[in-house]
Amino acid sequence: MTEHSAFSARMHRALSLIRKEARQIIRDPSSIAIGIVLPVVLILLFGYGLSLDVTDVPVAVVLEDTSPAATDLAASFQLSHYFDVQPMTSMPQAEALMLSRKVDGIVRIRPDFGRRINLGDAEVQVLVHGVDANHARIIQAYAQGAVGQWVARRAAQGYAMPTGPIVVQSRMWFNEANESRYFLVPGLIVLIMTLIGALLTALVMAREWERGTLEALFVTPVRTNEILLGKTIPYFALGVIGFVLCLVAAKFLFHVPFRGSVAVLTAASVVYLLVALGIGLLISSAFRSQFVASQITVLVTFLPAVMLSGFLFDLRSMPAMVRLMTYVFPARYYVALLQTIFLAGDIWAVILPNIAVLSGMAALLWTFTYRAARKSLA
Amino acid sequence: MLEALYRILALTRKELLAILKDPRSRYSLLIPPVLQCLIYGYVATYDLNDIPYAVLDQDRSAASQQLLARFDGSAVFRRIANLNRAADVKSVINEQRVLLVIQIDQDFERRLLSGRQADVQVIADGRNSNTAGTAIGYIGGIVDSFNTTWRREHGQRSMPVRLTSRAWYNPNLETRWHMIPALIGTLTFIQTLMLTGLSVAREREQGTFDQLLVTPFRPVEIMAGKAIPAMLVGIVQATLVLLVAQLWFQIPFAGSFITLYAGLTVFLLAAVGMGLLLSSVATTMQQAMLYSFLLIMPFALLSGLTTPVSSMPMLLQYVTLINPLRYAIDIAHRVYLEGVGLALLIPELWPLAVIAAITLSAASWMFRHRLA
Repeated sequence: MTEHSAFSARMHRALSLIRKEARQIIRDPSSIAIGIVLPVVLILLFGYGLSLDVTDVPVAVVLEDTSPAATDLAASFQLSHYFDVQPMTSMPQAEALMLSRKVDGIVRIRPDFGRRINLGDAEVQVLVHGVDANHARIIQAYAQGAVGQWVARRAAQGYAMPTGPIVVQSRMWFNEANESRYFLVPGLIVLIMTLIGALLTALVMAREWERGTLEALFVTPVRTNEILLGKTIPYFALGVIGFVLCLVAAKFLFHVPFRGSVAVLTAASVVYLLVALGIGLLISSAFRSQFVASQITVLVTFLPAVMLSGFLFDLRSMPAMVRLMTYVFPARYYVALLQTIFLAGDIWAVILPNIAVLSGMAALLWTFTYRAARKSLA
Repeated sequence: MLEALYRILALTRKELLAILKDPRSRYSLLIPPVLQCLIYGYVATYDLNDIPYAVLDQDRSAASQQLLARFDGSAVFRRIANLNRAADVKSVINEQRVLLVIQIDQDFERRLLSGRQADVQVIADGRNSNTAGTAIGYIGGIVDSFNTTWRREHGQRSMPVRLTSRAWYNPNLETRWHMIPALIGTLTFIQTLMLTGLSVAREREQGTFDQLLVTPFRPVEIMAGKAIPAMLVGIVQATLVLLVAQLWFQIPFAGSFITLYAGLTVFLLAAVGMGLLLSSVATTMQQAMLYSFLLIMPFALLSGLTTPVSSMPMLLQYVTLINPLRYAIDIAHRVYLEGVGLALLIPELWPLAVIAAITLSAASWMFRHRLA
């Protein structure tokens, strides 16, 4: 009987703490802004706006030759939907356009093109604006492709043009259409869960420290784990809302293929949310200053989630030292899970190890948080 | 007039003390920029330097060996497995043991020797389609060079058209040269915005803002006292990034430092204006922090830092016109890599000046009417 009433008293205390924290969230427009508005803005930006796929690159095609072959090649650039061509006849004119960044590249067909193509030794020059290196490389590859297609077409028309001998036939599994949106939108879930999980909680404990309201809580019968529960559950709920928003948008707005099961994805996301909440609470219990806690949180959660997770920049591109670092941050495991569950399906060989690591991290973080909070309470 | 100047100076001094006296806050302003710059410099690249792959060679001929030797001889391709059955392709890709599988059909050599076209199949893991596309591009390069050698050795005519390529401003097309100058703008933007937002919010949260208001300081002076320290911190951070770019990554600086700092100052005025405007809306530090995030995220995404502005839909390209970070990154690139002078920067400078004028006057109105 007494045990039962002690339990119900504990439940009651935890519930009132949760209620208090939830009220604070609802009354503070900034929490709602991060929990709801920012996810929606990011979903729309990532879904509609940001793309690593490049089309309609503005280029100047400088045609210095009047032979039929040269004119035909220039026309094939104009037909390609990868390029938005400005035809011109003089190089200085084109260079002026590139200097003012009106075009990103110049394709130059030299005066002797028609004569030399019959000798089998013609040259097409491509100049790219190299400031955005990635963009420039894509332009180079497109130009190469356009010339290759032109050669193949001429060969098909009966001109003496060797193709091959080996031709690469490539297929991209899981994303046949090569849409960058298909990996950007699932990756976005990582950003949103990290923001809600870590950033919001990092500030709440530190705020109570700064204002001295945590000391006020100590003199009440409330226990450490009840305080932590009160801090966690409302933000957990906010995280779940963000997750559902992303999932619905990915599936119904952007039609990202979803080949795994919702149950597995939800399980993975719950574990990651626990990790993120754990980091946020640990930082704010350890640093006790909103300013410092916010700086640390951005540095150890948000930036790694963008840079060191494989969400934008592939882990395989990184030098070995940095790649080793990525194992410390939870985001990389969650990104692997999201990309696999969304695009490839429930592949247990990928899912199990990643979930296992995240669960281990969650357990570790919560133990530390509990200790840090209890020590500071005593 | 001179009085006002002294008062602003005193406030600036007090503000700098508040930021820099606490060693934790001092380090949190100086170390993260350097650290981020180093990490970004190594991480932020779309080039691949390790491509694990598997081979399904159904031909097992001299020609197929010759082709595969070219992959193994390259520094990026790393052969993980030799598959025997087409059914194995699925599992190595699904389990992410390889990024791609190169499949060579049975009649590969026969077709090559008889002068017909031979196919090489590449199956890539498209979970990150950008990476997969890059890797397929690398394969195309290796196959091209194989083709050239093969044609020469077998007395066939070579490709009639050669493509020669040159890049302006970044001859080896290193992503790092794009990323690090952009960070001069990005990191200082994040910091100045948060710093101004947080410092006003801290005073309001602790009640010292009311005390400031009963002093002879005029609201505009208080505002200047908040803006100047944040700009100073921004300039110092930009200098740190600049030092890392030149001393560590050795990216050649093509322009003039005076031009860069002049551009940076106009940009920081715009950033501080946004920070002050934001701080007049936020009543607590948490709000200031979260609101600045609400601004920073979309601005960073719409700045051209990670994806080019020209690939965005038209509507969003118009939105980027009010984004100070977009201009700052343009200025950093144009001065750092292209070496342009002030006169050519006017298309970037005037929008920044307009943004600064609007945000600063709106903030000062808010300071006079809402806070005071």
